[in-house]
Amino acid sequence: MANTDPIMVRGLNHWFGQGEARKQALFDINLSVVKGSLTVLVGPSGSGKTTLLTLMGCLRDVQDGSVRLMGHELLGANRALTETLRRRTGVIFQAHNLHDSLTAMQNVLMGLQVHGLRRTPETEAAARHMLQLVGLADRTDYLPANLSGGQKQRVAVARALVGSPEVVLADEPTAALDREAGLAVVRMLKQLGQARGTSTVMVTHDPRILDLADRIVEIDEGRLT
Amino acid sequence: MSRLLEWLFGRLPIGWLQLMHRRTRFGAALAGVAFANVLVFVQVSLMNSMSLATLKPYDFFQADIMISAQDANSLSEGGNVARQWMFQAMQDPEVTAGMGLMMANVSWPRVQKTLTLTTFGVDPEQSGFLSPGIADKVALLQLRDSALLDRLSRGLPRDEAAAIRPQSSASFEVSGKTLSINDTFAGGGGFGGDGYMIVSDQTFLDLFPARSSAAPDHILLKVAPGADPDAVAARLRKIITDKALRIRSYAAAKAEDLVYQQTKRPTGIIFGFGVLIGVLVGIVIVYQVLSADVADHLSEYATFKAMGYPRRFFLGVVFEEALILAFLGFIPGAIIGTAILTLMRKATTLPLTMTPGMATTVFVATLVTCVVSGAIATRRLSAADPADLF
Repeated sequence: MANTDPIMVRGLNHWFGQGEARKQALFDINLSVVKGSLTVLVGPSGSGKTTLLTLMGCLRDVQDGSVRLMGHELLGANRALTETLRRRTGVIFQAHNLHDSLTAMQNVLMGLQVHGLRRTPETEAAARHMLQLVGLADRTDYLPANLSGGQKQRVAVARALVGSPEVVLADEPTAALDREAGLAVVRMLKQLGQARGTSTVMVTHDPRILDLADRIVEIDEGRLT
Repeated sequence: MSRLLEWLFGRLPIGWLQLMHRRTRFGAALAGVAFANVLVFVQVSLMNSMSLATLKPYDFFQADIMISAQDANSLSEGGNVARQWMFQAMQDPEVTAGMGLMMANVSWPRVQKTLTLTTFGVDPEQSGFLSPGIADKVALLQLRDSALLDRLSRGLPRDEAAAIRPQSSASFEVSGKTLSINDTFAGGGGFGGDGYMIVSDQTFLDLFPARSSAAPDHILLKVAPGADPDAVAARLRKIITDKALRIRSYAAAKAEDLVYQQTKRPTGIIFGFGVLIGVLVGIVIVYQVLSADVADHLSEYATFKAMGYPRRFFLGVVFEEALILAFLGFIPGAIIGTAILTLMRKATTLPLTMTPGMATTVFVATLVTCVVSGAIATRRLSAADPADLF
């Protein structure tokens, strides 16, 4: 029977730099992420959590070993495949990276437009619904400059989730949020996992989230512990 | 506007929204594009007016072939041509008529300004060589010391020119002789003089005693109906023994004069460089705006890359901005350019106008300029690496 794990990492090694400055960041990583699960990556700063996250999200080229994302091998993947897989993946950054000239609604619509969906009453309704879920129903026409840090992060979460991604990769998504908002976001990700089978991998230092995780993976100095 | 662009592109008009988000920079960019447009408009119009001014005197005559001295790159340059070559040319069975054309500048001292008039001496018996507006007044040239004056001469009041009639002629002194201006024709000031004047060959020789009817500046020939002027000219080049002469069809002589004025004369080169500088200024301004905009949005672009947007999306955004700058910068550029050309035309009487063809050419050049700038600016997009966001 074929393995249906949306993310499967085998014998992954990764280096930064070249020549004498070349430094290994990941050592023989083996990891599977089960469909619909919430996996939390923890570890000290510089341990390789984010590097592993970016490799799983095909945001960085795989150098050695194997990373299979939604059944596709990322080692040697071409640009077309990379772009296709990125469209099926929701990414939430620690910095919100909202487009400053787009309103909250327009930023969220960008998450639908990438799938070729034009603005229609249906897509607007979907974007509005997502903003409502993150508690920003009354801020749809606000530019990022007029939103607080937490509100911007929630717009970024809405943008990542509006396209119903199969995998969500999140790097410290609750760092800018207060306790309640942070927990609400993580609960929403967990609910998505249960309702749609969305798998989430999250890097966090937030101990409140660990209770909600299906699996906690610890990395130290580039190795899974 | 935003909705219109969204409908056109089938996506959110990111480029437009980005430009509108920083309105001061957008305004400065439009002013820059408009400035470049004005530069190009003025220079192109000057080049165009130079072409029109160069060709204008050719229009006073109707000829098929022109024989000129070796160094006669234009109508007003070069040595004389012996009239004997006209007679030799007329031995060709397809050459039906010939006329010597003499040229010199005449100064008309006036209270406000001395007019420099490029004066042609023609044979009044050969009226077939004159354009209709001049030929129908050729009888006046039969009178001694009689002249036809360019009523569009620079520095000549229009009402004064309009009052000149055979019954109310004007006159002025040239070389101790009184020249009577008995009528006018439409010419226009050029880069070499304020206007034109036409006199008979006899009057011309009276004004310039050092000149000889045996050595005109150019020889004009007419060929038989249906004959090919280029073929006849080629034949004449073999018949006429002075191989140093330039024997060309009249059309070829005009075309070569134009090329000479545009590429060899300082004025043409300067105007040509003016156009180039305008285009370069446009490229630099638009590139600066677009590259700064790309640099300002690198993290957003990297985010879009991480979301799976393909490279063509980012190129589309940059080119969208380039086209918006081209369109919106062209409008004030055209308005200001037209106003400046109108002022310059009034001051110089040069044919400085913005024709629809010129406006279209400048607009297309603006589009190309902006797209080139955009293409250069897109190189910065490669710096948007989604891995750097973490």
